[in-house]
Amino acid sequence: MSDSTKNNPPDAANRENAPQDGAEKPQTTGPAAPVTPEGAASPADAPPEPAAPPAGAAAAPPKIAPKPAAKPAGAAGEGHKAPAKAAAVAPTGPPDPPPPADVAVPAFVAAVQQAFPDAGLQVSYWVGDWTVIVPVARLADVARFARDNPATRFDYCSDVTAVDWPARTPRFDVVCCLYSTVHRHRLRLKTRAADGELVPSVTGVWSGANWLEREVFDMFGVRFAGHPDLRRILMPEEWQGHPERKDYPLEGPGELLLESPQEWLKLRQADDEADVSG
Amino acid sequence: MEAPRPMFDTDELVINMGPQHPATHGVLRVVLKLDGERVVDADVVIGYLHRGIEKLSENRDWTQIVLLTDRMDYVAAATNNLGYVETVEKLLSLEVPRRARYIRTILAELQRIASHLVWVGSHAMDIGAVTVFLYMLRERELVLDLFEEYCGARLTYNSMRIGGLPLDIPPGWDKKVLGFCDLVLPKIDEYEQLLTHNRIWLERTRGIGVISAEEAIAAGLCGPPLRGSGVVRDVRKDEPYAAYDELEFDIPIGSRGDTYDRYLVRLEEMRQSVRILRQAVEGLPEGPIVGKVPRLIKPPAGETYHANESPKGEIGYFIVSDGKSTNPYRLRVRPPSFCNLQSLPRLVRGHLVADVIAVIGTIDIVLGEVDR
Repeated sequence: MSDSTKNNPPDAANRENAPQDGAEKPQTTGPAAPVTPEGAASPADAPPEPAAPPAGAAAAPPKIAPKPAAKPAGAAGEGHKAPAKAAAVAPTGPPDPPPPADVAVPAFVAAVQQAFPDAGLQVSYWVGDWTVIVPVARLADVARFARDNPATRFDYCSDVTAVDWPARTPRFDVVCCLYSTVHRHRLRLKTRAADGELVPSVTGVWSGANWLEREVFDMFGVRFAGHPDLRRILMPEEWQGHPERKDYPLEGPGELLLESPQEWLKLRQADDEADVSG
Repeated sequence: MEAPRPMFDTDELVINMGPQHPATHGVLRVVLKLDGERVVDADVVIGYLHRGIEKLSENRDWTQIVLLTDRMDYVAAATNNLGYVETVEKLLSLEVPRRARYIRTILAELQRIASHLVWVGSHAMDIGAVTVFLYMLRERELVLDLFEEYCGARLTYNSMRIGGLPLDIPPGWDKKVLGFCDLVLPKIDEYEQLLTHNRIWLERTRGIGVISAEEAIAAGLCGPPLRGSGVVRDVRKDEPYAAYDELEFDIPIGSRGDTYDRYLVRLEEMRQSVRILRQAVEGLPEGPIVGKVPRLIKPPAGETYHANESPKGEIGYFIVSDGKSTNPYRLRVRPPSFCNLQSLPRLVRGHLVADVIAVIGTIDIVLGEVDR
């Protein structure tokens, strides 16, 4: 912790959001103010189309009426206000801020950048962490380079995970957290993948990524090309859907999903619309 | 490990070990493919305890998640709490008072001793030494008493808060921690007398589940299994957090990378924990226990990964904040047990069925954390 606290204050101060002293005022009075400029500065993602389904779907559900009617009321009632609000303005991805001018780009990031000049790599820095954003097609190449190059030597893959941004056009972020047991530095490789797009597997580079990628597949439905054993890992083999997706209900699918998936989907969409309008 | 020589000219036998086997430490199912007594291959089936803690966290307030982290590795709840609150503090760029960092270190090291005690005990019991288990639980009880006196709970502590701690230590508690240190050191020697040179113990653990340093790194092993293979890697030293950069301790490593070395590493880690505890209690600074935490916790939009050394290995939290809501947009836990468990097939191939028990034990898994 001490490490990051040393690095952070100047960086956080740049963004006028330092929660150090007297931070309570900006935090409580206008939370939107510091956030919007960052959102605007975020990478050139096309302003996403609202992911909500066409209005025609709303006509169907009355058959199973009690649930959609009860749901928004309960959601607005107590405690669950924040998720409902978040659904209204769906976030379209992390800001991925470029490194500020006063932070020197370390050698291991520069080495990766120089090795792939034409790949369109994007470097981001936040609270002391370095991230390299890689196009999907080059992920395995960059990973292999990062492991083998003497300046980087990322021989240890801490984690592979994903983040779902339903309102963004390439829907998923797939993130590899790397560590070097030789140089003791960290880096994240991140790639953006559309729903259904194949992401190159890094199991060939770090065999320890095997289960981690299986979990990403299980939870998000992201498929990995070249994975030796891409099966579900935590959910049962015959499970429908991918629980960590944002459009998967927290309370689980319920019996309706198992009995008639089509009806369930309609109900779900009506729910979402009720959330947005309410 | 080269392909095992067939013992008899028979068909391969596929059997289920678990999910209700007492030696699988919970609900773990291992599908073993056997040639006689020898393991040809193993497939690990997990997920029986999946509660969707990551998904739940995305629908809870930042402060409410601390108690969800208790429920992952329930043998070492304090270190789980610590990893989570530190990650959020990193996102918030919060400064934690020095006293709070020291007390956190004390709690984490007490927890490490408690977790390792459970591990040695259950590992030895799996292999057949039942007495050790009772001794271990006797000493662990003392740690639980200390935790109970600190926060009122004995298993799921909820013992950290974002920016500091919920409570200062009760009067005289630090003396009791020192008393525990004095008591436990000779006990560790006692355990060593029971096991370290015990002929049966040596037979059952030497040369079982061997993995080289390079393979261990590539396979993503962490914690004692990684150090048992001779890799000097400890998050407390390499990426210091809490008060570890101000305290002196050594990282024990093994040389052969087998089950016996991992046992020695863990025993020595307990001694090092005692060393850390003594320094931390004696150097405990005065001051506040909570930093300047905003009344409404709402980290600016961004993402970060922060790792801690839990008794099982590197526990990492990858948290994404969208800067708008009072809950994390995404919370991912890098579970050390999960990452270590995936090497099980690699470790048991070619060994006997009885050794599978020893290897499951040596990995030190808690299924609550594997499945989350």
